[in-house]
Amino acid sequence: MSLYAVIFYVLAVTVVTTTALAVTRRNLMHAIVFLVFSFFGTALLLYLLGAPFLAMLEVVIYAGAIMVLFLFIVMMLEIRPDTGSLGDYARQWLPALLLAGTAWLIMFLLILLESGRRFLLPLSTASPLVFGRFLFQKYWLGVEIASFLLFVALVGGLYLGRGDDTPGD
Amino acid sequence: MAEIVPYSHVLILAAILFAMGAGCAITRRNLIMILIGVEVMLSASGLAFVGASLRWGQLDGQAFVIFIMAVAASEVAVGLALIVYSQRRTGSVNADDYDLMKG
Repeated sequence: MSLYAVIFYVLAVTVVTTTALAVTRRNLMHAIVFLVFSFFGTALLLYLLGAPFLAMLEVVIYAGAIMVLFLFIVMMLEIRPDTGSLGDYARQWLPALLLAGTAWLIMFLLILLESGRRFLLPLSTASPLVFGRFLFQKYWLGVEIASFLLFVALVGGLYLGRGDDTPGD
Repeated sequence: MAEIVPYSHVLILAAILFAMGAGCAITRRNLIMILIGVEVMLSASGLAFVGASLRWGQLDGQAFVIFIMAVAASEVAVGLALIVYSQRRTGSVNADDYDLMKG
């Protein structure tokens, strides 16, 4: 087992653990902080898998922007931590386990049936320059559409967030 | 050339993360936790895309992660704005409290 494999497994265990902790916390603040660690681990995994630019974006967008947005909203709304235990969600556990389990089973079967699953991933890196050239040569229209989507989201957020209206109009 | 891990291990890791996100989105009743579950699912799919990109030596997979991130960012912006709006109107962020149409 090479050093890179060791790094991969350590990161994988870290990411899975922090994500599991995040999705089971009752206190939203704790969940968000655990999730920041999970996204940092995912960013390191992306770096290991040869995507340094995407690793940087993962830190900036997921761990930075999105999680800070969540933190702001949690602080703004003064949400009380759930008082009930997770057992109170038992009514929803069966469908959750059923759906997530089925999805996991199908994904696992597909992975097992994949002919190239034993393929050892080589160590190679796509530099940001190469990646940027590729993105804007082949997917320039997609980038434009993504920017338009972000603009529409901005307008939607502003419209929904304006505070001086009376409910119902 | 150095090698990392078999391709299937990356896919299994992404599948575990995706299932945890799906479980969170279904089980929790707090709207913010539901959004967090969706974020975890999107991040896991991005990981699978990058692994596939390395598997076939094509950059298309990495290009798609850019679009996934754009969708995640806009989704969370609109989603949180909706949560703030409904909190203002009903005073709750609990999905079970929205029972206006209940007979």
